[in-house]
Amino acid sequence: MQLAIINLNHPAHYISFGPFAISVGNLVVILAMTVLFLLALFIPFPHSHSGKQAKK
Amino acid sequence: MSQVLKVDPSKKWTGPTRPYDLVKEIVIAVVVIGLLAMGLAGLFSSPDEKALTLKSWVAAAPADFAQVATGELAGTTGSAGYGAPYNSAAKGQHFGIIQLQDWAGVRIPINPANSFVVEPLLISNDPSAIAAVQTWQAASADQQSKWAKSYEDALTKAGDKSSLADPADAFGPVPAMIDGLSTMAASGALDGALLTSDTNLPTNFTKPMLFLADSDGYFGELATKQHLGGDQWGVMNETGSWPGQSWLWLFSFWYQIDPFKSSENADTIIMLMMGVLTLGLMFVPLLPVIRRIPYKIPVHRLIWRSWYRSQ
Amino acid sequence: MSGSWTGKVRRATLEKYQPEDLLPEEQPAYVASWIYIFGVATIAALVMLIASGLVLTLQGPSWWHTSSVGHYVNSVHLWSVELFFIFMVVHLWGKFWMAAWRGRRLATWITGVIAFMASIITAFTGYLIQTNFDSQWIASEAKDGFNSIGVGAFFNALNTGQAILLHVSLLPLALGIIVVWHIILVRKKGVVPPIDNDATIEGGS
Repeated sequence: MQLAIINLNHPAHYISFGPFAISVGNLVVILAMTVLFLLALFIPFPHSHSGKQAKK
Repeated sequence: MSQVLKVDPSKKWTGPTRPYDLVKEIVIAVVVIGLLAMGLAGLFSSPDEKALTLKSWVAAAPADFAQVATGELAGTTGSAGYGAPYNSAAKGQHFGIIQLQDWAGVRIPINPANSFVVEPLLISNDPSAIAAVQTWQAASADQQSKWAKSYEDALTKAGDKSSLADPADAFGPVPAMIDGLSTMAASGALDGALLTSDTNLPTNFTKPMLFLADSDGYFGELATKQHLGGDQWGVMNETGSWPGQSWLWLFSFWYQIDPFKSSENADTIIMLMMGVLTLGLMFVPLLPVIRRIPYKIPVHRLIWRSWYRSQ
Repeated sequence: MSGSWTGKVRRATLEKYQPEDLLPEEQPAYVASWIYIFGVATIAALVMLIASGLVLTLQGPSWWHTSSVGHYVNSVHLWSVELFFIFMVVHLWGKFWMAAWRGRRLATWITGVIAFMASIITAFTGYLIQTNFDSQWIASEAKDGFNSIGVGAFFNALNTGQAILLHVSLLPLALGIIVVWHIILVRKKGVVPPIDNDATIEGGS
């Protein structure tokens, strides 16, 4: 029933270190969150000069 | 620095503003994220490992089925010795004087020997199984225990046998009962019998699931293969190679380390700890050192750098 | 007139908010960073969850096992969950580093954490109603956790019917109320000013 372009229906690969063991899928999600956060911090936000000045 | 506008953050902002289209923002977000979700779904699909049944259990692992069923009669399985909320067979998990499991009481009463073995056999169409059950019911509790435990030991020793002969008459009616139960399971009748034992149109899978969950050799094995076991960070994992529930990382972590890993009260302790940590997260703004971290490590200088520069 | 219940409710709700604050056309000039998109991104993922979830309700919990359309909708629902939590966590990180609770915004922070926890619980009931092997394993493991704190006597992870009803009615309703409350607080208090503009930080920033 799965019409997937990329087949994930096989045992996952795990990366272990000490008591930690993480699946590649979960690691990708966590890396994606980290990358998104860093991109949000570092990518310049378009600077618009059309804002109003102080109201008072 | 003396040019920098200083305000009371609880008061309405009266400084410079910029145009903002809130409705456009949410529409764009829904379209973009909608396309992203639909794209990921088309690219990767989602896992669907077929559900197990008592029928699939006895077909795939008949010896394991027989051993667990005998264990239910012997009172040695997880469910038989669980305690609250199913029965009073054992003291529940506790943390010092906090005994939440026992305090909640036996609210889902299940006697595994009766529910999983005796009652289904009585409604089977199997005269020899029914006769065996009647012999079982007529015996004392001590006698029942002796028969069941002996058969359980013999099956465990035999390893891959789902049925044993009884030349010394040490097992009483138990082999016939287990044989009858295995036959019932193989036809699918046992799944039906357990599901409809309390109601004709069931949506509550407690009985067949508790029975199945007593199986380490079949149910537990399949889970371990998929890295779903508690000591495999299983709480975070999904079947196959799909991403799972990474937001449960901290909850899952405690189960990998001592003293929790080998504690009988691991679940209570970890649940209580996570409750405390959640309260901690909720009240971060009031926690002495933690609330000042954003001031000490000025990530905010990156967040607001274009604003700070414009000042 | 002032003693009427209706008057009391109106004064406690509608009259506390200016329409311009609920649906503004301008925002403080310091709201200029990509970190600000993650709140609305989380909401957008929630919209996708509700939409795909409603489609799944049309044909029942077992539809996706036998229909390729149903399986696709289930996949959209699952990937919306992943996106929902990804965006929510990045939003949380951003709000922490902004110390966004300043200026009497403690309730906004607290409702955010409650929304996080309510989301986890709602997601959990979703995993329980997949009606496949994964849901069976999750149910059998989770029961031990819930039983250990007495919750299992009232919420039975093995009772699929209970889980379905909770997942599609009570929990989304509770989560929806918390999220709406959270958003109204954001609109009411305004976006928190930057740390360097905060006159009230003791000991300097």
